[in-house]
Amino acid sequence: MRAYVLSRLAQTALVVVLSLTAVFGMVRLSGDPVLLFMPMDIQAKDVNEFRQRLGFNDPLAVQYARFMGGAVRGDFGESLRYRSDALGLVLERLPATLLLGGTALGLTLVLAIPLGVVSAVRRDSLFDHAATVATVLGQATPGFWLGLMLIYLFSVQLRWLPTGGTGTLAHLVMPSVVLAAFFAARIARLTRSAVLEVLGEDYVLTARAKGLAETRVIAKHALRNSAIPIITLAGLEAGQLLGGAVITETIFAWPGLGRLTVQALLNRDFPVVLAAVFLISVMYTLINLAVDLLYGWLDPRVRLRA
Amino acid sequence: MRHLKAWLGIGLTAATLVAAAAAPWLAPHDPLRADFAQSLRPPGTPGHLLGTDQLGRDLLARVLHGARLALFIGACTVLITAVGGGLLGLVAGFAERWPSAVLMRIADVQLSFPFILLAMTINAITGLGLRNIILSLSAAGWVVYARVVRGEVLSVKQRDYVQAAAALGMSRARVLFRHVLPNVAPSIVVVASLQFSQFIVAEAAISFLGFGVQPPTPAWGSMLSESRDFLYVAWWLAAFPGVALALTALGVNLLGDWLRDTLDPKLRV
Repeated sequence: MRAYVLSRLAQTALVVVLSLTAVFGMVRLSGDPVLLFMPMDIQAKDVNEFRQRLGFNDPLAVQYARFMGGAVRGDFGESLRYRSDALGLVLERLPATLLLGGTALGLTLVLAIPLGVVSAVRRDSLFDHAATVATVLGQATPGFWLGLMLIYLFSVQLRWLPTGGTGTLAHLVMPSVVLAAFFAARIARLTRSAVLEVLGEDYVLTARAKGLAETRVIAKHALRNSAIPIITLAGLEAGQLLGGAVITETIFAWPGLGRLTVQALLNRDFPVVLAAVFLISVMYTLINLAVDLLYGWLDPRVRLRA
Repeated sequence: MRHLKAWLGIGLTAATLVAAAAAPWLAPHDPLRADFAQSLRPPGTPGHLLGTDQLGRDLLARVLHGARLALFIGACTVLITAVGGGLLGLVAGFAERWPSAVLMRIADVQLSFPFILLAMTINAITGLGLRNIILSLSAAGWVVYARVVRGEVLSVKQRDYVQAAAALGMSRARVLFRHVLPNVAPSIVVVASLQFSQFIVAEAAISFLGFGVQPPTPAWGSMLSESRDFLYVAWWLAAFPGVALALTALGVNLLGDWLRDTLDPKLRV
C-alpha cells in the first residue's frame, strides 16, 4: 500500500514535470518570448535590455534548466503584470476556486445520486422518464449559456441575485449551480445505469429472497456495488470541474484560479500561466490518486500494486 | 422511448445540417451587413424574425451562418482526431513495447490537464483564428481515440482469425489494416459521434472567452460573448445563439447514444 502511494506520487511528479516542459516549450518556440511578454509600443533598446535581464539570450537548455530549477523551489518568476510572485498570486486565488468547486461537487452528488438511484429502482416510471429528459437536456446545455440565462432571469428580471462577484452566500448560488448542472446530469445517468446493472445480479436476488427490506437491499447491496463506476466518474469530473471553473468564474467574475488563468493568458502573463499549469496539474493528479485509493476501501477485491 | 430519442437526434442533426448547408439561401440578410438605423430590434420585427444586434445585423442570418462554422469546426476536428488518434492507437496496440508505453505516458500527461484549458492555452500561445482553433482542439482531443483504439486492438489481436492471418504469413501491416482495423472501426465511430458535440461546445466556450473565432465572424460563442454587454436591453442576443448551440449538441448527443447502443453497447466514454 505504501509502495503503491509512493510510486503514484513519483508518477505525479513525472506528469507535472512533463506538462511544465510542454508549456515551457510552447511558450519558447512560438516566437520571440520578449515580444510576447512586452507591450506593443516598446522601443528596440528596451527589448534588448529586457532580453538580457530575463535571460532570453542564453541557450534554450540553460533557460530550461533555470526554469525547472526555479519551479522545483516554487519560483516561477514575477508576474509581468502585477509585479509580484507568480505562484503567490495563483495560491491566493486557490481558496475561492476550492470553495466554488467543493460546493458544486457537493451539489452534484446530493442531486445526482438520489436521482439516478430512484430512476433505476422505478425504471420506466413517469419519474424515470422525466429524469431522463432532464439529464439529457442538462448534458446538452453549455454551462456558459446557462449562466447567461440565469443572470438574465435572476439578476436582470427578478433582481434576486447579484450578477457576479463574491462576498455573500447569494454570490455563490448561480456559479455553483451552473458548474454543477452538467456534471450532475452525467453522474445521474451513470448512477442509473450502474444501479440497473447491479439490480440484475444474483446477490440482490438473494438479499431480496432472504426477506430484507427493499430500502436495505438498495442501500447496502445495490448502491455499494455500483459505487465503483460512480466514484471513477466523479473523480474524473472533479478534475474537469477545474476546467469548468475557468468558464464559470469568468462569467460570474468569481475571483478564482480559472479567472486568473484566463486573464493571464489574455495578458500574455506567462509566469502566472506556468504557475497555474503547475498547480492545476498537481491538483488534478492528486484527485485521481485519491480516487484510486477510494477503490481499495470500497472494494476489498481491488489490490493496489505498485 | 429509445426510438423516440434516436429519431429526435436524427431530426435535430438533420435540421442543423440543412441550416448549415443552406444558410446563404435561408438567411434573409448578409450576416455581416450592419444597419445602424435598425440596431437592437426585438424578435418579430418585420424583416428580422429573430431581431437584430447592436450593429443592426440580422440575428437569424448570424445564427444560421454560425451553424456552418460550428459544424465545419466540429467535422474537421473529429476527422483529424479520429484518423490521427486512431492510427496512433492502432500502432500502440499492435507494437506493444516502447511505442505503446511512450504513447500512453503522453496520454496520461495530457489527461492530467483539463481539456478546455489545454486547448485555450495552445490558442493563446500559437495565435487566434479558425485554423488554430481546429488544430488546438485536435491536439487536445486525440487522446480518447488513442486509448479506446489501443484497448480494442489489444483484445482483437488475441482472436483466432488474427492469429491465423499472421500464421499464414500475412504481413503485419496487412493484418493490421485488413483484420484488426475493421473490427475496431465501430468503436471509432461511436467515440467520434460522442466527441463531436463536445468539440462544438468547447469551440463555443473558447470563442466565448475570446481565444477562438474572432468577431465579426458569426460564431455562436463569440456572439454570446458580445451579448453580455446587452443583457439588460436585448435578451434575444443571448438566447438564440445559445438555443442553437444547445439543440445542436442535444441532437448529436442523442445520435451518439443511439450509435453506441447499436454498435458497441459495452463502450463507456
